[in-house]
Amino acid sequence: MADISPVTDLALEAEPNERSESPRRSRPAWAIAGERGLELLIRLCGISAIIFVAAIFFFIFREALPVLFSKNFHLFEFLFSIEWYPTSRMDIRYGTFALTVGTFAVTVLAMVFAVPFGLGAAIYISEFCGPRVKEILKIIIELLAAIPSVVWGFIGLTVISRLLVDYTSAPVGVNLLNGAILLALMSVPIIVSIGEDALKAVPDSYREAALALGVTKWQLVYRVLLPAAKNGLLAAVLLGVGRAVGETMAVLLATGHAVQIPHGILDSIRTLTANIAAELGEAPAGSDHYRVLFLTGVLLFAITFAVNMTADFVIRGIRRKG
Amino acid sequence: MVASLIFLQCVHKGKGAKATIQDKGSDTMVNLAEVWAEEYATVNPEADVEVSGGGSGVGIAALEKGTIDIANASRDIKPEEAAAIKKNTGKDPVEFIVGYDGLAVYVHKDNPLNAISFDQLAAIFEENGTITKWSQLGIIIPGEKSDKIIRVSRQSSSGTYEFFREHVLKNKDFKLGSLDMNGSKETVELIANTKTAIGYSGMGYATPGVKMLKLAKHEGDRPVDVSVENVQNGTYPLARSLNMYTLGQPQGAVKEYIDWILSASGQQVVADNGFVPVFTKKTDVK
Repeated sequence: MADISPVTDLALEAEPNERSESPRRSRPAWAIAGERGLELLIRLCGISAIIFVAAIFFFIFREALPVLFSKNFHLFEFLFSIEWYPTSRMDIRYGTFALTVGTFAVTVLAMVFAVPFGLGAAIYISEFCGPRVKEILKIIIELLAAIPSVVWGFIGLTVISRLLVDYTSAPVGVNLLNGAILLALMSVPIIVSIGEDALKAVPDSYREAALALGVTKWQLVYRVLLPAAKNGLLAAVLLGVGRAVGETMAVLLATGHAVQIPHGILDSIRTLTANIAAELGEAPAGSDHYRVLFLTGVLLFAITFAVNMTADFVIRGIRRKG
Repeated sequence: MVASLIFLQCVHKGKGAKATIQDKGSDTMVNLAEVWAEEYATVNPEADVEVSGGGSGVGIAALEKGTIDIANASRDIKPEEAAAIKKNTGKDPVEFIVGYDGLAVYVHKDNPLNAISFDQLAAIFEENGTITKWSQLGIIIPGEKSDKIIRVSRQSSSGTYEFFREHVLKNKDFKLGSLDMNGSKETVELIANTKTAIGYSGMGYATPGVKMLKLAKHEGDRPVDVSVENVQNGTYPLARSLNMYTLGQPQGAVKEYIDWILSASGQQVVADNGFVPVFTKKTDVK
């Protein structure tokens, strides 16, 4: 600032003063203060994730807590009964077991489709295809990831449900298989892009060393690259799982919204997320039903937390062995 | 619908002199209420009616909070709801019967079944009900291998759900595993796409893909067709009134609006939308 200010008596007086006070200082005070401020801001951003998670958990749990003491609520029933009758006139029951099973069933089935496809695509893009195909594929896969979930749900409701009725023995098209196909399509882009990054991160020296030993391209992939990129690939799959567990709109539209334990992949189900989405708007605020839905949110939170923790331990286990 | 609401709001903001009427509630009535609002805009451009759905219970809850002028309900207000309104707002809810709705039991158009009794419906839909297969009703659905009855129901906040539970299931619970749809139209659409399905919805939602069953209240009664005459003369067993509730006797713009709804042109809209028109005097809720 002092450099560009017009030369006045005041400036001429001030400049030597400044120099004499701190001769070694290379940058003005405002820059240093700004830098400190920015550093603090970035630090806050870093910690904010912890604050947000804690705050979300606190508020959800605060809404849910009073129901634990309600006479209509029994924790064992909540976790292990399939009977979900939140508005019954005769006997109110809050059992979420069928919803939990529904969530797991649709996620597992989705991963059965998505993991081979996703990892296969990641390996192809990273190792086998030419640069032009690679660019095109990456753009299209990013496009796939950008489709909103409600659009997926609509596709499930109108297109996939007709196909399922026509080509399988499914009596009704909105079912577990329909939801799993949608979730697979939604998690494949995540698995592909993260998986591809993981493979790309394997040092080229590994490839060169393997090729120098005379291995084929396929041997290179499954004997060298897959073990080397194991952690990253697992992270890719688990992010896909996270997407599938938390997805709401598509499964709400496409799974049939039926409270039952599925006996086959053509049965309709209801997931924890869809149940919250469908009922929270209608449950009177502060009622037991409302609070149980928040408790369902806590359960969902616990499930995703458990998935992430397991992933963490698995990755650490692999690291220790390797 | 959201777009039309935003549009209405924009129009409203443009001309500050307009009186706005907030009308919320029953999903069964939401289409009808929107047509009323549109027609009324041509009759009385000074008034502006904003319509939203959510379910009968949602509408009544909003009335209790005092955030709306009219609550639509496809069931009668419960005594505890009326008491809560009195307590919160100091006013009694006033009921206007603005039409009737025959609740129809729908099956796929290829289903050979023509009539069903309340007992059979209860055995299909209620918890521990014994009928799970079409063959138990003596029905073979042509071109369909599966014999299992697919039950189509509504989400638990719906007035239709409560009405069916009260009158057919005698307040017992529904059997779990039904497909719970979020709207009357979705219910009928799903049944039109599913040969083994059975479900219930307002009679105004019939499409060419579905069939409405004749209903008998008791085993051995003559099954009655769903029709305007049968709902009006009270012979159809699964009919209900469509109600509007206001806080106290309505004044000004709200009163004019309800008067218009109960006039011949307002009731013509009821008939045009597949519901049953009615001319009746307002009654206070006790």
